[in-house]
Amino acid sequence: MLQISNVYKTFNKGTINEKKALNGINLTLNDGDFVTIIGGNGAGKSTMLNMIAGVYPIDAGKITIEDIVATKDGNENSVEVNISRMPEHARAKYLGRVFQDPMKGTAAGMEIQENLALAYRRGASRGLKWGISKEEKEFYRDKLKILGLGLEERMTSKVGLLSGGQRQALTLLMATLKKPRLLMLDEHTAALDPKTAKTVLDLTEKIIEENHLTALMVTHNMKDAIRLGNRLIMMHEGRIIYDVSGEEKKNLKVSDLLAKFEEASGGEFANDRMMLA
Amino acid sequence: MNALLVQIQGAVSQGILWGIMVLGIYITFKILDIADLTVDGSFALGGCVCALLVVEKGCNPLLASFIALLAGALAGLVTGLLHTVFDIPAILAGILTQLGLWSINLRVMGKSNTPFLKVDTLMTTLSDATGLSNSWSALLVGIVVAVIMILLLYWFFGTELGCAMRATGNNEDMIRALGCNTKITKIIALALSNGLVGFSGSLVAQQQKYADIGMGTGAIVIGLAAIVIGDVLMGRARSFWAKLISAVLGSIVYFVIRALVLRLGLDANDMKLFSAIFVALALCIPVAVSKWRLNKAYSEDGGRA
Repeated sequence: MLQISNVYKTFNKGTINEKKALNGINLTLNDGDFVTIIGGNGAGKSTMLNMIAGVYPIDAGKITIEDIVATKDGNENSVEVNISRMPEHARAKYLGRVFQDPMKGTAAGMEIQENLALAYRRGASRGLKWGISKEEKEFYRDKLKILGLGLEERMTSKVGLLSGGQRQALTLLMATLKKPRLLMLDEHTAALDPKTAKTVLDLTEKIIEENHLTALMVTHNMKDAIRLGNRLIMMHEGRIIYDVSGEEKKNLKVSDLLAKFEEASGGEFANDRMMLA
Repeated sequence: MNALLVQIQGAVSQGILWGIMVLGIYITFKILDIADLTVDGSFALGGCVCALLVVEKGCNPLLASFIALLAGALAGLVTGLLHTVFDIPAILAGILTQLGLWSINLRVMGKSNTPFLKVDTLMTTLSDATGLSNSWSALLVGIVVAVIMILLLYWFFGTELGCAMRATGNNEDMIRALGCNTKITKIIALALSNGLVGFSGSLVAQQQKYADIGMGTGAIVIGLAAIVIGDVLMGRARSFWAKLISAVLGSIVYFVIRALVLRLGLDANDMKLFSAIFVALALCIPVAVSKWRLNKAYSEDGGRA
């Protein structure tokens, strides 16, 4: 479904600030995988998502994604698309993204329904048709009801008037409004208070399950990482050092993860945020 | 009619014709959040192209105005390419185009000033056809063009492409993540904006009956002043209609104020200083007020004593 092979990325190459962010990453996702990603600060978690999204170009390696295309006789055909060098906006067709910063995923100065209409056209060409149709509004109203935040009554409100949690829930809905091949969540609850974070996380679980989405979720919370999804990967210094799924993952404990991390990194594990979580 | 009223009527029609330019500046300044300095050059370009076509080539004034629009759009395209493809900051890209346009404008007209003598302009054609005076027909042309442009802009910014353009000014990262090529939306917005500016330049040249190489100098500041005035007059209105109308209205008010202060004896050459101070104040006051409020809100005991 998604294949990352030998991807390298170094920031500020040749300067004193040189930082090897990705150091030969290999990862294969299967259809329907819900993968949680953990790792210390600077491990390359966000960088990996940004490389998949095309925010920065990669230095070396290859990223391919499987696309489903309708053939002439009405069948569906799966095609391997090499997205390694595709510009960000062209890859957006395959990817739904939610960012850590609730401000980043929505346009504050535009209405809730306008934001949804922008998201609903992800990957489609934008022409001179009216930006939002009447039928669409009904569809959005139904979708907003799922969030349970009462936003369906405020569809013409500017998004800037919403709270961080509401905006993040809206971003999540926008990312999945048009079913993405891959949903990428980059610590999307980290900036929210614990209660709101739980609401957004429950919603995430629900949306992924109901739509059978393939998803990558970066988190600092080890309990969430173990509880959610069918697969867990741990990153360290730009590499994947642990990849576990199925029964083995279900039986993991936080202490197992800590032990695993210490083993891989030579005992220098000291991230308070992860310890406390 | 007494002299004052005549003068005000002239200022109103001037304001409407310049208002078309303000609509263009509104697109870049308010929607895209870019201060585009191409405007000074593309406004004069519109006038110069119109002068060349109408005076030298005997072209139909309406057709000439549309060609001026295309010429302006082309100037915007150059700024857009410099800004998006080569990552030059928008202000610098605009300055480069503006500077280049000065020479181009001279080449277009072949001289620094072309009077529209004994040729048909949109205004004279209309007054010949209806028997209206020149000043009334200028006003009428302005109103018709402004209404059409506002309708077109309202429609355009409601379309999928127009929405994507508004989103580009609002949150560029987000709309790119939603699959929109923001380079393209920016280029189109800059072309559209400068197209309107060029169109306005050609109308103003026809109304004042000459095109001048320096007619665009300070146009951006006039535009910003008009937008600021419009904001003050209709700041509470939230609909997009109201915002577009406020841009033209701001322009009209600017030119009426201008006519009045000139009548009070201000030297026309001091007008640019007056405009600059006005815009600077309009930009400074909100910042100063919020800083003052922030300072005033502080008290050591949190206001409990």
